Amino acid sequence: MSASRPESKRAARSRPWRALALVLVSGLGLVACEREPQGAVSVADAGYQATLIEQLIDAKPGQVIEIPPGRYAFDRSLTLRTDGVTLRGAGMDKTVLTFAGQKSGAEGLLVNASGFTLENLAIEDTKGDAVKINEGERITLRRLRIEWTGGPKTTNGAYGLYPVRTRKVLIEDCVVRGASDAGIYVGQSTDIIVRRNRVEFNVAGIEIENSRRADVYDNEVTRNTGGILVFNMPNLPEAGVGTRVFNNRIYENNTANFAAKGTAVASVPAGSGVVINANDQVEIFDNTLRDNATAHIIISSYFSTGYMNSYSVAPGFDPYPEAIHVHSNRYSGGGDSPDGLDLKALKLAMFGLGGRLPPVLWDGYVDTKKLVGGRLPADQALCIRDAGAVLNADGPGKYRNPALDEKSFRCELPPLRAVSWEPAG
Amino acid sequence: MTPPQFHAQTNPERLSDWGVLYADQGALRVAEGVQVYRLATPLFSDYAQKLRTVWLPPGQSARYSPASVFEFPVGTVISKTFYYRRAAQDGDRVSEAPNPEATSLDLRDVRLIETRLLVRRESGWVALPYVWNEDQTEARLTRAGASFALRQVRDDGGEEPFTYMVPDSNQCAGCHAPNVKAGQLQPIGLKARHLPAEQLGAWSSAGILQGMPLAADLPRAIDWTDESIDVGSRARAYLDINCSHCHNRSGPADTSGLVLDLSAEPDVAMGVCKPPVAAGQGTGNRRFGIVPGRPDESILLYRMESTDPGAMMPELGRGLAHREGNALVRRWISTLPGDCGVSAT
Repeated sequence: MSASRPESKRAARSRPWRALALVLVSGLGLVACEREPQGAVSVADAGYQATLIEQLIDAKPGQVIEIPPGRYAFDRSLTLRTDGVTLRGAGMDKTVLTFAGQKSGAEGLLVNASGFTLENLAIEDTKGDAVKINEGERITLRRLRIEWTGGPKTTNGAYGLYPVRTRKVLIEDCVVRGASDAGIYVGQSTDIIVRRNRVEFNVAGIEIENSRRADVYDNEVTRNTGGILVFNMPNLPEAGVGTRVFNNRIYENNTANFAAKGTAVASVPAGSGVVINANDQVEIFDNTLRDNATAHIIISSYFSTGYMNSYSVAPGFDPYPEAIHVHSNRYSGGGDSPDGLDLKALKLAMFGLGGRLPPVLWDGYVDTKKLVGGRLPADQALCIRDAGAVLNADGPGKYRNPALDEKSFRCELPPLRAVSWEPAG
Repeated sequence: MTPPQFHAQTNPERLSDWGVLYADQGALRVAEGVQVYRLATPLFSDYAQKLRTVWLPPGQSARYSPASVFEFPVGTVISKTFYYRRAAQDGDRVSEAPNPEATSLDLRDVRLIETRLLVRRESGWVALPYVWNEDQTEARLTRAGASFALRQVRDDGGEEPFTYMVPDSNQCAGCHAPNVKAGQLQPIGLKARHLPAEQLGAWSSAGILQGMPLAADLPRAIDWTDESIDVGSRARAYLDINCSHCHNRSGPADTSGLVLDLSAEPDVAMGVCKPPVAAGQGTGNRRFGIVPGRPDESILLYRMESTDPGAMMPELGRGLAHREGNALVRRWISTLPGDCGVSAT
C-alpha cells in the first residue's frame, strides 16, 4: 500500500485511514439533497427563551417542565443544574427548539445533573453540540430529533446527543442528522443503552468512546460516513471496555467524511459500517450490514488514526484492540468502492476491478509483547466467525503484504453480559 | 440609601437593596466598608472594564489559603460591575481603552452593563446577575440573562459590532463551578495567586484576611501585561485565569484531558502535541492542542481566536477575540522548543 501513496513524505507515518479520507470526491455530498424536505417553516417564537430559562433556573427535583407545541428560537445555550428534572415537548415534530440564531454557548442544552430526562422534542441547528450532559447518572434521552437542517456540513455542531462522564444512560427512539462528528456520542461513561435510534448523515452515526459496558442495539444506521464507532482515545482517565453492538441495521454508510481535520473521526473512511479503534472486549453480532462501500467492519489500532507519536500519548494507553468478538452478522454488498487511494489500490490488486473487499478488515497491529506462541492469549484474541476470510491489511509491514486469513481468527470468546440497568418509565 | 447588607434568603430585585454599590449624583459609588480590589491578571470579557468589590459582615474575616479560594464567611457579598468607557454620546459605541483604576465611576463617561453578585449563604455561594437600566440609576435582577448590541471602537479607529451577553443564573456555573462533580459555585479570582501582594497586605492589616503568610511566602501574582516578566509565565498566568476554572483536573473540561492551570507541566496534559478528544469543528483543521513553535498549527490558539460559539474558547463570556491576549499566547507558543514528530497539518 505504501507504494501507492501520493506523497512520499507521508510514507513515514502510519495513517492509512486518514490518508484515505483525504481523496474523496465530492459526488457523495449530494446525498443531502435526497432528504425529505422539512415541513413548512414557520416563524419561530423568540419570546419563549426567557420563560424556559427561568423554568430551568427554578426547577425543583421531580419537576416536569412541559414545552408546548411550537417553534421556539434561542440565541444562547440553555443550562440545567438541578437533579431529577424532566424536560418534555409535545413530540419531535411538534415542539422545535431552533438555535439557528445562536450567539453564545457551546451547546443547545447543557445539563450538569442526575436523574435527567429529555423527551419528545426537536433541537435544530445548534452552533456546537446539541445536547451535552456533563457528569450525572440516570440520564434518559428519548424520542428526540436532533438535526442540522442544512445537511452534512463541516460547520455543523460536533455532537448531537453527548453524555460524557455519566453513569446509567439510556438513549432511545431518537433521530439524529447532520452532526459534523458523531450523531450519538457517549464518552467516558458507564452502563449505557443506545437503542432504536435512527442516525443518518452524520460523520459517525453512533460513537461509544472510552466507556464501560455499552449495549447498542436495534438502531437504524445509514448514510453516515461511519456507522457505529467503538473508540478509545489516549490521555483520558479511563479506558473503554465492554461494548456490545447487536441487532442493528447498518447500511449505505457512504457519506463523504465532512469532519474537521484533527478530530478522531476525520480518520474514518467513508463506507465504514462498524469501526473498532483501540477498544477492548467488543462483541458485534446479529447485525445486518449492507452496502457499506469500504468495509462492513474495521478493526483497528490507534496507530491507524495517524495521531500516534511519542509525545501525544500518555503512558499506559493501550493502542491495540483486544478481545474482539465478531459473529453471526449478515453481510451483503459493500467493499466494492473503498474510500481512498490506498484501499482502492488494495482492492484492485487483490480482488480485481469488479471485486470487493471482504466484510471484515483488520489493520494488522498486534501487541507483540503479549504473544504466546505467536498468538494472543485466548481471552484477548480477535475472534471473527461467519464472515469468511478477514483481510489483514499489514499495517505494521507498511501495507506491503496484505493477506486474507480465516484460520487465525477462528476462536470463541464468552458472550459479554447485557447492560443490566433498565430505566423506569 | 441602604448600608451594605446580607440577604440570607431572598434575592432582592434591585441591586441597591444590597447596599454595596449605588448610583448617586452622576457617579457609581462604592459604599463605606466595601473593599475595591483588582486582579493581577483578569479574565477577558469582551474588553469590558470591571469594578470589583468585596464586603464582609462587620467583625468577620476571610481565611487565607495558599492554592484555593479564600474561605469567606457567610454573609460575604462580592460584586463585579462590567462597564465600558463610552466612545461617544452614542451609547452603543464603547471604547477598548481601559479605565484608570477607579473606586467610583463617572456615569457621563461610562456605559454600565451589569453587576454580578456572588453571595455567600449558609448553603454556599449564589450567583445573581443584575442588569443596569438605560438611565444608569438602578440595576435589576435579570436571572434569564440579557444581550446588548454594541460596537467596539478600537484605539486604531476601527469598529467592530458585537453582542454582549449577560449570562443567565445557571450559566454562571459554567465558570464558577470549578469542580464539575460537586457543582458548588465559587469565586474565581479571590485566590492568592491572582491578587497583588499589597492588596493582600492591606486586607490583612484591616483584619478582614486571617492567616496570611509572610510576603516572601506568597505566590507571585503575575500581571500578564508586565513586560519585565518572561513571556511563558505571563502566558501561563493568562491561561490560568481565563481557562482553568474549567480546564483543571476536576473541572467541567476534565473530559478533554487538557489542563491549563499552573499545576500542569508543559507536556501532553497541557496540550503539547495532544490530539483533541471532542473538539469537533473546534480543531480548525489542526491536529494538536499546542504545536511547539507553530502557533498557527495549534488548536488552542485557533479556539481563542475564533468567535464562533461552536468552536471558541472560553465557551461563554465573549463575542470578541482578545487580540492582546492571543498575541501573548502566540508569542509563547512560538518560543516553545521541539515538535510533534509528525506533520501537524
